[in-house]
Amino acid sequence: MTTHADPHATTAPAEELLNRPATLTQRIHSVLHRQPALSPAIVLVLAAVVFSLVNDRFYALQNLSLVIQQVAVIGSLAVGQTVIILTAGIDLSIGAVMVLASLLMSKLVADNHWPGVVALLAGAVVAIAAQALNGLLVTKIKLPPFIVTLGTLSIFTAITLIYAKGQTIALQPGNILMWTANTVSLGQLNLTNGVLIMIALYAVIGYALRYTAWGRHLYAVGDDVEAARLAGISVNRVLLSAYMVGGLAIAVGAWILVGRVGGGDPNSGLNANLQSITAVVIGGTSLFGGRGVVFGSLIGALIVQVFVNGLALAGIDPNYQVLAVGILVIAAVSVDQWIRSVKS
Amino acid sequence: MKTLTNPYFVSMEKDAKTQATKDNVSLTVAAGNTDGDTQTQITAIDNAISRGDKGILITTNGDAVNAALNRAKQAGLFVIALDTAPNPAGIANLTYATDNAQAGKLDGQYAAAALNGKPAVIAMLDLFNNQVVSVDINRDHGFLEGMGINPGSKGENGKEAKSGTYSGGKSGTYTIACHQPTQGAIDGGRTAMENCLSANPDINVVYAINEPAGEGAYNALKAAGKEKNVAIYAIDGSCAGLKNLTSGEFAADAVQYPGKMAALGVDSIAKLARGGSKPSVTDGKSFHDTGTAVAAAKPLGGLTVQTPSQAASACWGN
Repeated sequence: MTTHADPHATTAPAEELLNRPATLTQRIHSVLHRQPALSPAIVLVLAAVVFSLVNDRFYALQNLSLVIQQVAVIGSLAVGQTVIILTAGIDLSIGAVMVLASLLMSKLVADNHWPGVVALLAGAVVAIAAQALNGLLVTKIKLPPFIVTLGTLSIFTAITLIYAKGQTIALQPGNILMWTANTVSLGQLNLTNGVLIMIALYAVIGYALRYTAWGRHLYAVGDDVEAARLAGISVNRVLLSAYMVGGLAIAVGAWILVGRVGGGDPNSGLNANLQSITAVVIGGTSLFGGRGVVFGSLIGALIVQVFVNGLALAGIDPNYQVLAVGILVIAAVSVDQWIRSVKS
Repeated sequence: MKTLTNPYFVSMEKDAKTQATKDNVSLTVAAGNTDGDTQTQITAIDNAISRGDKGILITTNGDAVNAALNRAKQAGLFVIALDTAPNPAGIANLTYATDNAQAGKLDGQYAAAALNGKPAVIAMLDLFNNQVVSVDINRDHGFLEGMGINPGSKGENGKEAKSGTYSGGKSGTYTIACHQPTQGAIDGGRTAMENCLSANPDINVVYAINEPAGEGAYNALKAAGKEKNVAIYAIDGSCAGLKNLTSGEFAADAVQYPGKMAALGVDSIAKLARGGSKPSVTDGKSFHDTGTAVAAAKPLGGLTVQTPSQAASACWGN
């Protein structure tokens, strides 16, 4: 990197042109380097094939429909988590903010009789504001994201509990908040509106990351924050925007969660923080920032759910689900390290 | 408290505070972050000892807090367990608890009678898969025993024979479709039920560790269009949960009285601290049983069943 870098230049393509792969390993290495979602995609297909062979119910479209419905909440959060991790950050509070937003939406409708659309928007505003707070603490006070979100994890959880008083809020079907639970049939596949919104979220954020200046700047900041600064990128603005996109993803996740739960429940979604990070890591995005694609995180979330579902169908002790997810995380990070290693 | 996110424990906290005001005692409440957060309970016990409190009321997370409770007793505090007796029961000076095995059993007996001899395909929606908590084991085993199925183990879930004959009601054949963890939450209950249904679409009996798990199971069944043919058996007895009996979401709900346990507990400590005598335990049990009953919209011959409105007169929560 020179100190007078062209702001529009990226480093990766030049590097690839110079190193034309020779051996098979190098060739695989190169392909995986260019397509971060490829290795998780291979794992997903392999897992699906193995589980189909073990249990003939696995491949049933009815079952596959369920798996994608089960993944919609974590999948949505994982979009936000990916964007934040791409900046070499991390968000431990993402699930806590989602539970807060989902309870707020439900309570505003059930207890305060707000119109559904307004309650939904209020939930989204709170989610984005909460994430803006995370972003400001990271950029203005220069605290490490891990510490910031560890703190706000407790803060947002506490606010949720104080607000909810431990009560569950049930909503009536027909409310816009419950719209995400409505089923859409595509042939034999039964999806929900929630799944479709999640896919739309992936499309929009995926496009923005790949084809807009914002997306390029985000990768640049995650790859080398000093180089990005010297290249004239407003680093703080990019970081703040990453957390606020996280807030948008949380709002979508909260909406889908309300549909799945049938209202607000302070106990539902409690494991979502780590599950979203797991999905991102298995999906091939580097925890060190700057490398990965948002679509990989959807595959990562699907891999986890396919294992949970497949092992449940095979009647295997649920503890093995946890074991399998742990092994997947270690394997995914190992592959990431190998791909990042300097080519010989 | 185990947590302050679960309305069951929130109700305990509320009634304990009311009673504390009546008895003119000061009450400090501590709770874990999640169900099973043992470390936070141990810290809270140590804090109570150093504060010089007169007594501790605890909904114990399990054996891991026993050593801390023994330290408290040595320091002269009265230890009263609520909701679940510690193991062994002597760890606490006294336990005000519900008989969780009995609650499960009442549900199971009702389920067997309702089947009327038909084959049962059972989904077991438990609390955890990663830790052994007595309420989880007692309710699960109680339900199986109520159905007339041998749980096959004293301290573990899922050790019963996967198929065979249940002896409850008019008796018949059964299949255990699954044991899945729910974390006692709605989303966990839903995912667990979805996976169980994929594994065995013929499920017609659902045991749910608590009302939220049952609620999630209902959401999953409804999405699959199967809510009419499946009977859900829950345990808790909250006011919101009892409404699910009238609407037909739950076939039966075993009711418990967390507020009563907490109020009795606070009262006992107040009396003991002022030199009063120790309250007695229920005959034949190692704890003071605050009672349980099964409530259902449909009464069944030969079983004592409360109507939803009878049960609602003593329900907890909103």
